[in-house]
Amino acid sequence: MSNPLTREQHLELYYFMQLNRQLEERMVRLFRQNKIVGGLYSSLGQEAVSVGSCYPLEKKDWIAPMIRNIGALLVKGVPPRDIFTQHMAKYTSPTLGKDGTSHFGDLKVRHIVSPISMLGDLIPVMTGVAMAGRYLGQNIVALTWIGDGGSSTGAFHEGLNLAAQQRAPFVLIVENNQWAYSTPVSRQVPVKNLADRAVAYGIRSWIVDGNDVLAVYKASKEAVDECRAGRGPALIEVKTMRMRGHAQHDPAEYVPKQMFEYWKARDPIALYEKYLTENKIWDSKTKAEIDARIERELDVEQKFAEESPMPPPELAEEGVYCEGCHEIEAAWQRPKAELMPPACSIEPGWQVKDYGAFAGVEAITKQIAAPIVSSAGNGSKVAKPVVKHVGKPPQKQPVRVMEPETLEVPRVPFGRGPKDKSVRETQNPRDRHQNPRDKRGRR
Amino acid sequence: MAPITMIEGIRQAMFEEMDRDAAVVAIGEDIGVYGGAFKATEGLIARFGRERVIETPISETAIVGAACGMSFLGLRPVAEMQFIDFIACCFNQVTNFVAKSHYLWGAPVPMVIRGPSGGGVHGGPFHSANPEMYFMHTPGLKIIYPSTPSDAKGLLKSAIRDNNPVLFFEHKFLYRRIKEEVPEGDHLVPIGKAIIRREGTDLTIVSYAAMAHTSMEAAEQLAKEGIEAEVIDLRTLLPLDRETILTSVKKTNKLLIVHEDTRTGGIAGEIAAIVCEGAFEDLDGPIARVTALDTPVPYAPTLEERFLPNTEKVVAAARELAKY
Repeated sequence: MSNPLTREQHLELYYFMQLNRQLEERMVRLFRQNKIVGGLYSSLGQEAVSVGSCYPLEKKDWIAPMIRNIGALLVKGVPPRDIFTQHMAKYTSPTLGKDGTSHFGDLKVRHIVSPISMLGDLIPVMTGVAMAGRYLGQNIVALTWIGDGGSSTGAFHEGLNLAAQQRAPFVLIVENNQWAYSTPVSRQVPVKNLADRAVAYGIRSWIVDGNDVLAVYKASKEAVDECRAGRGPALIEVKTMRMRGHAQHDPAEYVPKQMFEYWKARDPIALYEKYLTENKIWDSKTKAEIDARIERELDVEQKFAEESPMPPPELAEEGVYCEGCHEIEAAWQRPKAELMPPACSIEPGWQVKDYGAFAGVEAITKQIAAPIVSSAGNGSKVAKPVVKHVGKPPQKQPVRVMEPETLEVPRVPFGRGPKDKSVRETQNPRDRHQNPRDKRGRR
Repeated sequence: MAPITMIEGIRQAMFEEMDRDAAVVAIGEDIGVYGGAFKATEGLIARFGRERVIETPISETAIVGAACGMSFLGLRPVAEMQFIDFIACCFNQVTNFVAKSHYLWGAPVPMVIRGPSGGGVHGGPFHSANPEMYFMHTPGLKIIYPSTPSDAKGLLKSAIRDNNPVLFFEHKFLYRRIKEEVPEGDHLVPIGKAIIRREGTDLTIVSYAAMAHTSMEAAEQLAKEGIEAEVIDLRTLLPLDRETILTSVKKTNKLLIVHEDTRTGGIAGEIAAIVCEGAFEDLDGPIARVTALDTPVPYAPTLEERFLPNTEKVVAAARELAKY
């Protein structure tokens, strides 16, 4: 497989994935020592998604991570101590102990919007970030993640539709890790691929193996480039697997063992190590060096966090309002005059090309919606709103599937629980004849 | 300057602020070509174009979310709810994300959510709400509810310049019913300051929005009976101007609170608690309140009339209170 990444970049991808994993493994130990104040949410097995999707972004671009995207924070330059101190509720954490986990942001330097627990809400927020970046002429891309579970929220639809209507430079990574807490994806949505929904929004989409960091990187790079070129938004479904429970308290006994085994064999870091070795990008010495560096760094960062104080109680009363503590100034990269009258003034009115009724439509028509090529977006490059002719054939396939040949995700059939006999059978044929009633073909 | 209506005051505030600062943008449903359901943004798109007057699909969560995201890059968006009742659709975005950002992770959200509220125009149960108290209970927000064209203009301009998320309620009954001269020039009214609309010595009536006018009418009637009521128009509900309320109650020793919001959990309860904490020794009578009924806003004029407070109800309550 050829790709444009340099050797250093290849090694950096490994560094970030391994840093992500080792950081989280240390936090599991801290959790067991009661040093983590609240919950701990593992992204074990999903490191390639966070790292691969964030890696193509430039410094000026914006991200809004979810709870399992610590790898993306690391790629964006967040020091591990911030993750440690956040989880340990220390005064030295980015939120000074006011919030935990990866719930923190950085508006000025790293361009990170803090996540909230109400899933889907960051999609409209990041759409707004993307719109503002375009408005200010910054040529940025905004990227966020949503899980298979969060993709069922109303905010997901409202946000993605607004992003599509605005043609916002916005990338949505749908991180399909097969489980929303205890509910398998097949019990949440009836579609085979979550990316299939992109057609309904008239936007581009990709499907990738989320445990192949290079595949995730490649699709994300394409999506980011498309958005920067003004052809956003974009949606990428990454298929991966949550290898632990929803949080530390959850042993995830509802997940079929075979499913864990299947994905364990596809561990993203092990796969990538194999790739690096087979392609002679590194040797065991390089790996040992990187691993040692990670250990060294994490030792220092963890020590800092453990030795940090808790916030003083009176801090609880501070900071509800911004009372001059922040200077709010937009970073203009285009002349303001373009957005001031008379330059921005227009002749108001809508241009409607057809009347939307029956042009070219039979009494009953069954078809897949055509992608909107140019749009009626506010603030988009297209000045005048255009309502596209409905019957026109699609100019470009809206969905491009990059599906690795071997990727076969075991799915729990709709209407059946993971412990259901038929599910176990399909996943482990050896179980089949253990019960004599099965021989009679009963399900 | 010629007297203007409240809707014109709001319109002028939008024009002046967008003319002053390219970071100010408007976002909402039907606010462009159509000029907004109540024409509060009429003419805005012609002057400022599609990039600054952003027409959206019917998606309140997306409107508020996008406005919030824009504010992170230093813009100052003004989001319109077509009717403020629909703010319930984006409750999570407002209360969990917008309101908490500064406290939690030091991200100021300089945005305004404005929209027509209130009853008395037979809008029915979904177009007449006074949802201020849902947000009164949310630290991080500021809530403004003006009663005059001049305050509406001056407060909206202040809200746009404020570094915090501001909910700006516009009582639609007042949109075109009252006219007032507005001071020339850059007219700003400070957020968080109540105003004494009428001085009095016998009792204090605290009110806001349309009920400030009802309270004034009641005060005039009471004056004929020899009862001099002091009328306070809150203008800003959050942060609440405790000082003005307490000072007045210490002077008159009696307090009547009038609001159009429903009774249970209305702002009257909070003000009563503040007065009990800060001026209990000064009270000569029980704290009284005149409010709407604890029901949804009914549609039929006869029902809505029963639902809403009016001058007679305020006069009757004040008369009882004055007896102490």
